[in-house]
Amino acid sequence: MSEGMPADTIRCDACPVLCYIKRGQTGACDRYANHDGQLIRVDPHVLLDRAKSQGTPLVPFLEREGEWDGKLMKSKETFLTAIGAGTTYPDYKPAPFIVSSEVEGVDLVTVVTEGIFSYCGVKLKIDTDRHLGPERSFVRAQGETVGHVTTAEYGSQMLSVGGVRHLTGGTKSEGRVTCETLLDLCNGKEVELSIDEGASLRVAAGQPPIVNGQREERMRVGCGSATIGMFAKQWFGKVDDVVVVDDHITGVLSEHQAGKMLGVRETGVFIKGRRSTPGRYFQVANPGTGWGGTDISDPLAILGPFKPKFAWPGLRLLMVSTTGEQFAYYELDEDLRPIERDLPEELKESVARIRENCEPALTTVLFMAGAGGSLRAGVTENPVKLTDSVKRSLTRVTCGGAPAYIWPGGGITFMVDVTSMPENAFGYVPTPALVAPIEFTLSKKDYASLGGHMDYIRPLEEVLREKERQREVSYPSENPWPLRPPVPGGTRE
Amino acid sequence: MRDPVIIGLLPDQRRLHLNDGPIDLILEATGTRGAVHCAYEAAARRFVTILDELCAELPLLRTRASATTPQPGGSIARAMAAAVAPFCESCFITPMAAVAGAVAEAVLTTMTSAAEPDRAYVNNGGDIALFLAKGQRYTIGMVERPDRPSLFGSFELSAAMPVRGVATSGWRGRSFSLGIADAVTVLAETASKADAAATILANAVDLPDHPAITRVPACEIAPDSDLKELLVTRSVGSLSRREIAQALAVGEALGRQLQREGLIYAAALSLQGSVRVISPPGPCFALHDTSRSLIHA
Repeated sequence: MSEGMPADTIRCDACPVLCYIKRGQTGACDRYANHDGQLIRVDPHVLLDRAKSQGTPLVPFLEREGEWDGKLMKSKETFLTAIGAGTTYPDYKPAPFIVSSEVEGVDLVTVVTEGIFSYCGVKLKIDTDRHLGPERSFVRAQGETVGHVTTAEYGSQMLSVGGVRHLTGGTKSEGRVTCETLLDLCNGKEVELSIDEGASLRVAAGQPPIVNGQREERMRVGCGSATIGMFAKQWFGKVDDVVVVDDHITGVLSEHQAGKMLGVRETGVFIKGRRSTPGRYFQVANPGTGWGGTDISDPLAILGPFKPKFAWPGLRLLMVSTTGEQFAYYELDEDLRPIERDLPEELKESVARIRENCEPALTTVLFMAGAGGSLRAGVTENPVKLTDSVKRSLTRVTCGGAPAYIWPGGGITFMVDVTSMPENAFGYVPTPALVAPIEFTLSKKDYASLGGHMDYIRPLEEVLREKERQREVSYPSENPWPLRPPVPGGTRE
Repeated sequence: MRDPVIIGLLPDQRRLHLNDGPIDLILEATGTRGAVHCAYEAAARRFVTILDELCAELPLLRTRASATTPQPGGSIARAMAAAVAPFCESCFITPMAAVAGAVAEAVLTTMTSAAEPDRAYVNNGGDIALFLAKGQRYTIGMVERPDRPSLFGSFELSAAMPVRGVATSGWRGRSFSLGIADAVTVLAETASKADAAATILANAVDLPDHPAITRVPACEIAPDSDLKELLVTRSVGSLSRREIAQALAVGEALGRQLQREGLIYAAALSLQGSVRVISPPGPCFALHDTSRSLIHA
């Protein structure tokens, strides 16, 4: 270090600017950073990133004089998505395309548009058993209401964010913040949300949720009672009683229906808490980050003295949490006091199995929107025929090439997992509304019969020639390839 | 160890990408094959010495400009100093405020001296130098937030207009800003002039002492920043409609003054979804709403 620079500042020598870079900061180029005192190369600038993400190495210019006409991309393996905002500044957003290609001998037409969706939002599934807030409570971002808590699902809390009422039905600021929140969620960025009378959250599509600053790692296999039901047979004969500690329902093998069925003998175990039905206890402790989502670190804290009428010296007791992350094994001494011992080999497997049945906790983001009349009119002169064709599976709907689920009933209301779409597929307009890609693929014959804009169809090869506006991305292998001839009446993907 | 200079065509095989340290240019020329090739080769040959030229005078270029500061020696450095000179009496400004525009301009001038393309641009991270042969046009899209590349407007530029430079400045961009504008886009005679004016206008859009705005001394983030102890904007919380209007009004008034003085041709100022446009004198300028090219659901 020189010239009185603080100790955590380093000097970058990657170029003659020789930036001083403080810990956690980048240099003037945004490409080199000080990471804990080490000079590291970080993700390139947005503009370059986009250029490089096209996958082709930059062609050394001076070595290839006069050769920049390049060959065409192969068209058969190319699906033109509706993602148009991904062009490099200061290029222009492309207008909708109607393109044709031949696949397996069938002439297919794909109508590619970017829709502006005022009627749109996301459904967030947050894998946690923590109480995020009362049902119908407002969900806020930057203090503005952007959604609400909706019906919880098994092992997951559900939020509904966005929708027309927040986008355009409230104040201008509410609309702007809602639009920003949706855009970030759809593009896979992390957003901070708070729930009235509830938790604060940091969530991003495909990432573990962070609830009140605590990162959720695993979903529990079930409540304590369900865990008893699932594992009773594996425990029977190897241990005299099992207590599964859980914030919602703590289960006790010897009292539980599953234990009774197997003929497990009464043990005289005493659980502090409110007994619901036999072997099922509510409120054994307060919610927290200890055993099974409770605030306890010593499981014996939830046990009262064993009842001498039933208990016996040498009684074997397993205590385990609903995620299998915590467990302890005890044997009663002559005074019927539990003494901790090593977990016997024959019980290790069942504890490990609880753990492996706890799936990683994630936040999932489904974008949901309705393709209204004018968007459909861009596809065909008679919009209702498009709806009909989609319902009959003659037309396949994709979003940025990703499969969309179409709701039964009227209109074209669809849902799509944003993580199955290419990066940064969503944009916005200041209306405010979200801009999302949507493609309709159907046979050329069907397209003609539903009043398609046949005069505007262009061969795919021709469209691909306009390369300046295009970004090539690799196709996620888990998605079905969108250019398969649709099967009439076939199942929806 | 010094990184090698990048000189390569982008995968579209049309645009040339040039990178050296913090300088990152994307340029394109159109015209005959020969003209394009000549222009690109000239650009590449000129580019490779630029960073060293500038770094040789870096301490001077990072010093506040005033009537008495010595003139730098290099041609790009002189263009930077000239571009900020009109502002140095009234504001804190260093020649670095015009570095991106001046570099773009220098490369463009080299290209058009070596060949005669129909049109050409050099885009230096949003600060753009343009060449238009007679009768040619460009459509320019404007982005308010680089992390969310959606266009908030676009405009058509024809050869007849006295505009060969476009620059954008704002606190969300790569450089520090003293103001709170998301983006100020300026059209001016040259890229270096546009760059300096965009910096000044983005600084002017401000709400001093507003509690929702986080500011940090520039040197705390970048020890060798030319802005030293000056407070630069790091985040802007939600503002009321009245506050947005108030902040934009200050920038707009200054913009109109710069326009009267002939320093800018036109400008668009954007803050939290609100846009103010300083239209050029003639009727030929229109800020389009890009949503017309999309279909509403």
